[in-house]
Amino acid sequence: MGLKEKLHNIKGKVDGTNWQTMFGAVHTLFYTPNETTHSGGHLRAADDLKRIMVNVVLPLIPILIFGMFNAGFQHNAAINGFPQGMGFFSPEFWNFDNLAIGAMKLLPLVIVSYVVGLGIEIFFATINKHEVEEGYFVTGMLVPLIIPIDTPLWMLTVAIIFGVVIGKEIFGGTGMNILNPALTIRAFLFFAYPTWMSGDKVWVTGAVERTNEIAAGANLDAISGETILGSLAQGNELAYSVSDMFFGFIPGSVGETSTLLILLGGLYLIYTKVASWRIIVSSVIGALVMGLIFNGVVDAGWITESSKFYTLMSTAYWQHLLIGGLAFGIVFMATDPVTASQTNKGKWIYGFLIGFISVMIRVFNPAYPEGVMLAILLMNVFSPTIDHYVVQGNVKRRLKRLKAKTA
Amino acid sequence: MGLLSKKDTKLITDPLADNNPITIQVLGICSALAITAELKASIVMSIAVLFVLGVGNVVISLMRNIIPSKIRIIVQLIVVATLVIIVDLILKAFAYELSKTLSVFVGLIITNCIIMGRFEAFALANGPWRSFLDGIGNSLGYAVILIIVGFFRELLGSGSLLGIKVLGDPIEKTGVYAFGYENNGFMLLAPMALITVGIIIWVQRSRNEALIEDN
Repeated sequence: MGLKEKLHNIKGKVDGTNWQTMFGAVHTLFYTPNETTHSGGHLRAADDLKRIMVNVVLPLIPILIFGMFNAGFQHNAAINGFPQGMGFFSPEFWNFDNLAIGAMKLLPLVIVSYVVGLGIEIFFATINKHEVEEGYFVTGMLVPLIIPIDTPLWMLTVAIIFGVVIGKEIFGGTGMNILNPALTIRAFLFFAYPTWMSGDKVWVTGAVERTNEIAAGANLDAISGETILGSLAQGNELAYSVSDMFFGFIPGSVGETSTLLILLGGLYLIYTKVASWRIIVSSVIGALVMGLIFNGVVDAGWITESSKFYTLMSTAYWQHLLIGGLAFGIVFMATDPVTASQTNKGKWIYGFLIGFISVMIRVFNPAYPEGVMLAILLMNVFSPTIDHYVVQGNVKRRLKRLKAKTA
Repeated sequence: MGLLSKKDTKLITDPLADNNPITIQVLGICSALAITAELKASIVMSIAVLFVLGVGNVVISLMRNIIPSKIRIIVQLIVVATLVIIVDLILKAFAYELSKTLSVFVGLIITNCIIMGRFEAFALANGPWRSFLDGIGNSLGYAVILIIVGFFRELLGSGSLLGIKVLGDPIEKTGVYAFGYENNGFMLLAPMALITVGIIIWVQRSRNEALIEDN
């Protein structure tokens, strides 16, 4: 008897019991359920929620694997020194040693993220007697990618419970949320445990442990690694080459470093029409425009080197796309179809403002170096308003046309 | 019960749960968000409101037949303001540190919607004894929520209760901190107070579905 028949057999037994929702979640993971909507007129499309979610998770997998290698690489580079002039396929990066260190750290994060998140989804689905929705598949993969690799597992658990319950379930679950759940989880971590979310100890795995060992009297060298944004905010020079930043051999949250893989993922999302190209393009334009304005301010001499904003302001406008989580946020979070604007014109405005505000927060608020998180959450809140005015504008224009015709 | 009739008892017990000024009427939210980061401040604030609302309700009730209705709001404001100034001066004299923590929010009791609401809705139409009970009931309802919110915010945010470090010392790493626990800084910020109040509202309404409004 194959897996398929077995599952269908079990299904007959659990239907109507409390286990129905939980089993349904497992069942739908392997096979499309053999039942369809009974009532009403429906468009039947191959792109169900599950397929859309899988299409977002797919491009995240290379980023996750890259993140594992990078975690080990950053750890070793912080101890042994950073190798110069690496190509994308350098053996210094892609070796088993790096992978082992990264996987040891990263897999628990992924497992905790899925177990806790899906546990809450199933709990609420059982109470509310509806099916478990697939929305958490993407969130569960995004969360480990946007936090520092050394985040303690219990903090992640607390944050996921908060993010999924307050950010999503109280609004009615998948598809009803106002804020992006993954970013809600990160924002919670960021404000609740700031020492674990910023500074120069959290981005390289082992740095915190090493610091504690030294404090306990061990004779070791301290390791530290500041994100590029963090070090620029303190007025330091850019310490990495452009190719390192593009390939992603830099410290940072697990998934945000490799602009190359994010770019490929973005192209895949646009190709499969899961993500809106309008949002991606307009966000990039928004970030570039804000960067150009800042560069212009520096060139015009309105701001001098003594200003604490000088280093970030004088960063070349296009480099903002390579550093920090801007690229990752634009491709994978700003395009979340639930929380983004729905109208095409609205998407342009929504995206543009995300890019624009991200770079603005970066430069003007060194305490919150990762502006893209706050910018997307802010625009999430405003996206229904944007849609409202776009729709009203359209209604007004058409009424005017109608009047002109009938008059 | 000899002292209170059934109707009078309801005046005290109703605002504690099913007609709570904060979670049901959603009044007096500002102070509930602002001063609940510490349990001690919540308790003192509750006592202050208890005094102002209890005494104020009696005063307004005694004057209810001689206040011209056109200027009743001004009269009410004068009564609250007088009582609030008494509270403020007492705090400054006997608990200076605490009055600095509460800062402007003691003064802002004047604008606490619960107080004006009770004056308007109850004291102007009822006798002094019943008004007194109503004032006590409503300020106790306010106090319950403030203390619950203050309890959780101080416990999770600072790891202490009434200033006593019940979870151990975060710097010396004793108690639960030895296992890697850390205080949740978000609990000390106002948004988390709003969310805590929201969770109380959620729990209360899911236990008693009659409280859910239609919309």
